Amino acid sequence: MGQITLKKVSKSFGDVEVIPPLDLTIEDGEFAVFVGPSGCGKSTLLRLIAGLEDTSGGTISIDGNDATEIPPAKRGLAMVFQSYALYPHMSVRKNIAFPMRMAKIDQAEQDRRIEAAAKALNLTDYLDRKPGQLSGGQRQRVAIGRAIVREPSAFLFDEPLSNLDAALRVGMRLEIMEMHKRLDTTMIYVTHDQVEAMTMADKIVVLRAGYIEQVGSPLELYHTPRNVFVAGFIGSPQMNLIEGPEAQKHNAHTIGVRPEHIDVTEGSGMWKGTVGVAEHLGSDTFFHVHNTGLRDMITVRAPGEVSFRHGDEIYLTPKADVIHRFDEKGLRIA
Amino acid sequence: MARAVTNNRKALNTAIAWTIGLVIFFPILWTILTSFKTEAQAISDPPVFLFFDWTLENYSVVQERSNYMRFLWNSVIIAGGSTILGIIIAVPAAWSMAFVPSRRTKDILLWMLSTKMLPAVGVLYPIYLIFIKLGILDSRIGLTIILMLINLPIIVWMLYTYFREIPGEILEAARMDGASLREEIMYVLTPMAIPGIASTMLLNFILAWNEAFWTLNLTAAKAAPLTAFIASYSSPEGLFYAKLSAASTMAIAPVLILGWFSQKQLVRGLTFGAVK
Repeated sequence: MGQITLKKVSKSFGDVEVIPPLDLTIEDGEFAVFVGPSGCGKSTLLRLIAGLEDTSGGTISIDGNDATEIPPAKRGLAMVFQSYALYPHMSVRKNIAFPMRMAKIDQAEQDRRIEAAAKALNLTDYLDRKPGQLSGGQRQRVAIGRAIVREPSAFLFDEPLSNLDAALRVGMRLEIMEMHKRLDTTMIYVTHDQVEAMTMADKIVVLRAGYIEQVGSPLELYHTPRNVFVAGFIGSPQMNLIEGPEAQKHNAHTIGVRPEHIDVTEGSGMWKGTVGVAEHLGSDTFFHVHNTGLRDMITVRAPGEVSFRHGDEIYLTPKADVIHRFDEKGLRIA
Repeated sequence: MARAVTNNRKALNTAIAWTIGLVIFFPILWTILTSFKTEAQAISDPPVFLFFDWTLENYSVVQERSNYMRFLWNSVIIAGGSTILGIIIAVPAAWSMAFVPSRRTKDILLWMLSTKMLPAVGVLYPIYLIFIKLGILDSRIGLTIILMLINLPIIVWMLYTYFREIPGEILEAARMDGASLREEIMYVLTPMAIPGIASTMLLNFILAWNEAFWTLNLTAAKAAPLTAFIASYSSPEGLFYAKLSAASTMAIAPVLILGWFSQKQLVRGLTFGAVK
């Protein structure tokens, strides 16, 4: 069980309010991702849930019990840190055993859980090594192993993959998702990477400057961003946000068109522009189109075989039914 | 990356380093040499350096006249005891300053260090009276406590510096893993800080071993350590350089040997944190 509820939770450091009072519920078994630009308060929020920071106001309950004043160790949560935070003087086995040793679980049970975790995480051959003798990916696995053996009611991940190289990151991402499916335990995952958020989450919480901008499933956020910030943050490449006369044509202050929702043609279309940089990914090609008079640059996603060159004049036509409209406050117009 | 240094430059640096080392070591070397001379050769002018009649006579006289082992034992107990006591008090103190600092932490650290700027003789009288009142004058326990107290600021300061190097996330991980404060300090912080703690202990042991002001003033016969043993050879009957040197050599030998074997640890400890 691991339902986590935040009611009017706030945090200030001195006079600086980093998290204004907010409400949030994470359901049992859910994979929730806190995402936002750096300094948005997502890590602080996670640390409040963990109990590593004291709240300045509000209550945090875990499975319906008020946990606001409970010390981190007693909350039944496990955390995986960005820096892995392994104990450098202990072997992998001792690292993984540490929380069980603190909980005074008997040795046979400890060994059983260590074996099981090591097997699931491909660490069996490394149990007697020190963290310093492991690669980054292996260290991260040890950190996850240390979290699993506690059988926590929820896992907290604080940017766990940002110290890994790109290839490893994709692999570990899948492993964590599989682990979630297998354990069916609540997970809260903090990242600044919206691709991680989109691919992993059941529920994404988009944060900016301590405020929750939107909560929803990845596709909800993609299809109906509540405001300009979410629209620009979710989706890669970024949505093209256009202001001015073109937006007024749609009775909006700002309109947003995703790069994948624009058709590119040679002959005729709604907007005319010049091709700048073309990024060929093979499957797709991203064109950066200039001189449209709409904004500095419009990004367009075209199929991989479309090949315009730098300086070519092209025509762009947005798909009418997927133009997002926002008012002057940046809020979505339904 | 290492800077490119020419061979000539390297030789020059080596020569300079050796010269400085020898100048610093010379008094100790001279003391050791003098301890093997006769009293006449010890004060001869011009001084003789190596070509004298080597003799062990001074050592046997010193050994006959006073009980070296008793002084040595007092020194070991006082220096060792004050070091261990100091560490037990300083580890939690340094932990709190390093990991849960308050607005006044820096002030407290400075204030603690400022006690070292006070001339010790300024508080000799009150402390002497307190020692009489408590009945711990000329006792090992009294000296252990006073030496622990005068070195405590240095121990706390050094440990604080080492602890600051330990990433806070590791301690937070221990907290998440269910460690109590005591377990966090015992199983995670202390083992990680072992190099720092070892060199702090070593330095503190040497400081306590060599401390003369309090050991001379607060002891008579019972608890007198090796510093008092040396001092007893600059007596009113006149100076006996050779015997004084023999006594000094015997007094510094244990700590010199200890320092020699642990110099790697000591250097690492003293430069810890200077380079990552």
